[in-house]
Amino acid sequence: MPVKIAIPTPLRPYTENRDIIEVDGQTVKELLENMSTRYPQLRRHLFSEDGRLRSFINIYVNDEDIRYLDGENTKVKESDFISIVPAIAGGN
Amino acid sequence: MHREVELTREEFLRYGRHLIMPEVGLKGQKKLKSASVLIVGAGGLGSSLAFYLTAAGVGRIGIVDFDVVDLSNLQRQIIHTTRDVGRSKLESAREKLSALNPSVEIETYETRLTSENAIEIIKDYDIVVDGTDNFPTRYLVNDACVLLKKPNVYGSIFRFEGQVSVFYAEKGPCYRCLYQEPPPPGLVPSCAEGGVLGVLPGIIGTIQALEVIKLILGIGEPLIGKLLLFDALKMRFRELKLRKNPSCPVCGENPTIKELIDYEEFCGITPERILHELGFEITAEELKSKLENGENIILIDVREPHEYEINRIHGSRLIPLSELPEKVNELDQTSEIVLYCKMGGRSARAVQFLRELGFTRVKNLAGGIDAWIEKVDPSMPKY
Ligand SMILES: [Zn+2]
Repeated sequence: MPVKIAIPTPLRPYTENRDIIEVDGQTVKELLENMSTRYPQLRRHLFSEDGRLRSFINIYVNDEDIRYLDGENTKVKESDFISIVPAIAGGN
Repeated sequence: MHREVELTREEFLRYGRHLIMPEVGLKGQKKLKSASVLIVGAGGLGSSLAFYLTAAGVGRIGIVDFDVVDLSNLQRQIIHTTRDVGRSKLESAREKLSALNPSVEIETYETRLTSENAIEIIKDYDIVVDGTDNFPTRYLVNDACVLLKKPNVYGSIFRFEGQVSVFYAEKGPCYRCLYQEPPPPGLVPSCAEGGVLGVLPGIIGTIQALEVIKLILGIGEPLIGKLLLFDALKMRFRELKLRKNPSCPVCGENPTIKELIDYEEFCGITPERILHELGFEITAEELKSKLENGENIILIDVREPHEYEINRIHGSRLIPLSELPEKVNELDQTSEIVLYCKMGGRSARAVQFLRELGFTRVKNLAGGIDAWIEKVDPSMPKY
């Protein structure tokens, strides 16, 4: 079941510049896993060495932060829209 | 917050379009006149912000910056003009703002905002607007605002994407509720390295100005507990929910941060610093003399192809940072390799990456091609 994931600008160099990709998965964890398999360089940007999602990257299912749902075990369905929202600091 | 103020005859005329709107009116305009707003950063976001807040009649505007106007700022920092290149940004900004609205009191702080001065500077303002360009200052502004119970109107930009929110711990989440920790230095490129579309800070800065005015007037729905995302290419705005994190280290139930900390340390040492301290770097002058002596050095440019098109050091090979892992086996581990980018940040990460793989003679060009242009070849175009 493919689910759409929005890739933020800073991570697009690692997804062949795609801004939206579709991956299969039942949970957020599966989606991220499958996405990192397809684009191996994404992995170290999304996860720290111990495999945890990096703390400057938040994942949203629709408009809700997965930290306030079921974390990476949050279930997803085809109509859901996933966003990866990293901290950016530019302003100058 | 609201000292008693009256409008002058001139001000009735100047703010006429506000006064005839019931949502602002005379009462609202007086609120604006008695309000004070601190803008941190007189750059891309600060330019449009400062102009609109001044035009709207905010009584007292403070600006913190320590930079000098550079030609490369003018593509987006519309408060400065070609004539201002080389001048202090604050002087330049003050001149434009006073010309626009002489009755607004402009206070300037020609300093970097630090843990030592932040409380002192921020405490006299009602609202803080974060228009800075780096993580240490953003965490500093956040923590100072939480400690002082002030709203922090946040905006940040990258290339053609922007984020806006109002962090107000009294009524909702703060920046640390959203991102407990910053990315390690070098992982996320800065605007100087990643670029920014010139119009984007104008759009994000004006949205921040709008949020400030709404907060002062107490109208509408401020972006408290909401993160607005803007994608300029798709012309799409999206809104995400932000929640207060009960375990937030600064605004949570048991805060561990009760005073300002060392934000440079908190945000980590940059890869450039590490390589510098280990001696794994080479200066532009050293590289020049090695090349002139005919030493066999492999020069690798880790920037993007469109940057390589603008300028490059003669004889270098382009391998963008993102492609380095797949091309690494084309490189000889024992040869002398020098990596460079624009300013030395991306190439420092590339050097670290190669050293971890066992490359022993790889070095970073300190200061990147910018330093090469300054020290060795000023005729080269700079961007
Ligand atoms: Zn917080």
